[in-house]
Amino acid sequence: MTMPFYASPEQIMRDRSEYARKGIARGRSVVVSTYTDGVLFVAENASSALHKVSEIYDRIGFAAVGMYNEFENLRVAGIRLADMRGYSYDRRDVTARALANAYAQTLGGLFTDQQKPYEVELCVAEVGPGPEDDQMYRISYDGTIIDEPNFLVMGGQADALTSELRRTFTEGLDLRGALGVSVRGLGSVGGNGAPRTLPANQLEVAVLDRTRGSRKFKRIQGAVLTALLPAATTGGAPAAEPAPADTPPHDEPDQDGGSAGNSGDTPS
Amino acid sequence: MSIDRFSGADAFPGVLRHAMAPGSSSFTEFLSAAAPELLPKPHLVSDIAPHGTTIVAAVYDGGVVMAGDRRATMGNLIAQRDIEKVVAADDYTLIGAAGTAGIGIEVVRLYQVELEHYEKIEGTQLTLDGKANRLATMLRGNLGLAMQGLAVVPIFAGFDTAASDAANAGKIFSFDVAGGCYPERYFDAIGSGSPFAKSSLKKRWRPGMSADEIVRVSVEAVYDAADDDSATGGPDLVRQIFPVVMLADDEGTRRVPDADLDVIVRAIVDQRREQPGT
Repeated sequence: MTMPFYASPEQIMRDRSEYARKGIARGRSVVVSTYTDGVLFVAENASSALHKVSEIYDRIGFAAVGMYNEFENLRVAGIRLADMRGYSYDRRDVTARALANAYAQTLGGLFTDQQKPYEVELCVAEVGPGPEDDQMYRISYDGTIIDEPNFLVMGGQADALTSELRRTFTEGLDLRGALGVSVRGLGSVGGNGAPRTLPANQLEVAVLDRTRGSRKFKRIQGAVLTALLPAATTGGAPAAEPAPADTPPHDEPDQDGGSAGNSGDTPS
Repeated sequence: MSIDRFSGADAFPGVLRHAMAPGSSSFTEFLSAAAPELLPKPHLVSDIAPHGTTIVAAVYDGGVVMAGDRRATMGNLIAQRDIEKVVAADDYTLIGAAGTAGIGIEVVRLYQVELEHYEKIEGTQLTLDGKANRLATMLRGNLGLAMQGLAVVPIFAGFDTAASDAANAGKIFSFDVAGGCYPERYFDAIGSGSPFAKSSLKKRWRPGMSADEIVRVSVEAVYDAADDDSATGGPDLVRQIFPVVMLADDEGTRRVPDADLDVIVRAIVDQRREQPGT
């Protein structure tokens, strides 16, 4: 059979989407949710040095899943843009919406122009004076931007985790409550059926806390985090096995046995 | 469609195109590439632009103090009575700028963003020596012309959180026109009134003073500078405008409240009434 010389644009875009989605699904999940004092980021992250969650500006935080070098590049770009805006106008003029739009513009352009799309999904969140002012934006690999209420999930088994959180999440929880919902949610997927108990050293947790001084971002680590975590899930494995790498490299075979090079046109 | 994704700024579309280019953790270097028009412009020294004037810094037991007067002059005129020349550069450091007031404020603002930018990108703060060196590099690189025109001279001080001995963790750095950075062991002053301020400190400063003592001595140094330099503002008891006095210690930076300075200034005035001098 001869190789086709022509591939329709739909086919090219679908292949790219498939590629990016698979890359993002390979890694571990991140949950971003609101609580009484602001926005909570909880990422399953076995590394203590390579962060998925970061501060961007006074009231703005960043979280990402997918390929580390790609989202690290975007994280630094976001900090540069925010600092430049704040310097040339005023600190209060820097908004998550402007940053999310900039990311959408960049990712959208990259998706169309480059041979390989960025395998990343980003969240930009901003905390306001009150809960009704808090914002969370999700930006996908193709530049799609969605303004999410209450919570959002990225990476790993995002669909299963979203269904779980829709069941368990409520508005207006305190930090301990919101952390419990997110951590139990993360533990409910990814194991072989049984729920996992995630200890502090496999989590990366941070908040945008509106009650803090000018810089609202704060990491919660170590003993402070351990004290806030929910008690171990009964009946589950005592501690989850951390993934050898958070996003396995491309040359490892896919867990689901599907071949990435399959040029079938199954709708996704 | 074989666009080389690393072909610099063109590879990334949109607003983030400069921000996505590989670079250092320096905000100043990023601005030079992305928006050079935002950098402070060097000006020649001129009496048309307002001038800032006396800032002192001194170490004490447990930290370092920096005090600056409040006057900005434009030739013989007072352009502003309450300009603030001493600010916290970050959680543990203080910076003051003397010279052309507009440039000084810009330099300080740029430096504050520079430090915060580094911390957010790298995930950790620079060491105190690194921060001083960074300020020297900023002065040398982007503001070389300004320094030749003596438009702005900063003074930098901070609490070294990595120091083994907290009592001696306060450090001061001065800078020269060539962008050199010099650690000062005890105290220093910059600006048109600095010779008078340093002479005052020379007599009054001792090693190991307490915070209260060092604040008194610093306010008096600025007072003495104002006494002999028209471009340095003395305390204004009528309007309740006092020098900005800031401390940096193991708990961070704080500003001495005006209410405390009022008491100190009145004590100085009462004492001078007894021994007026010329």
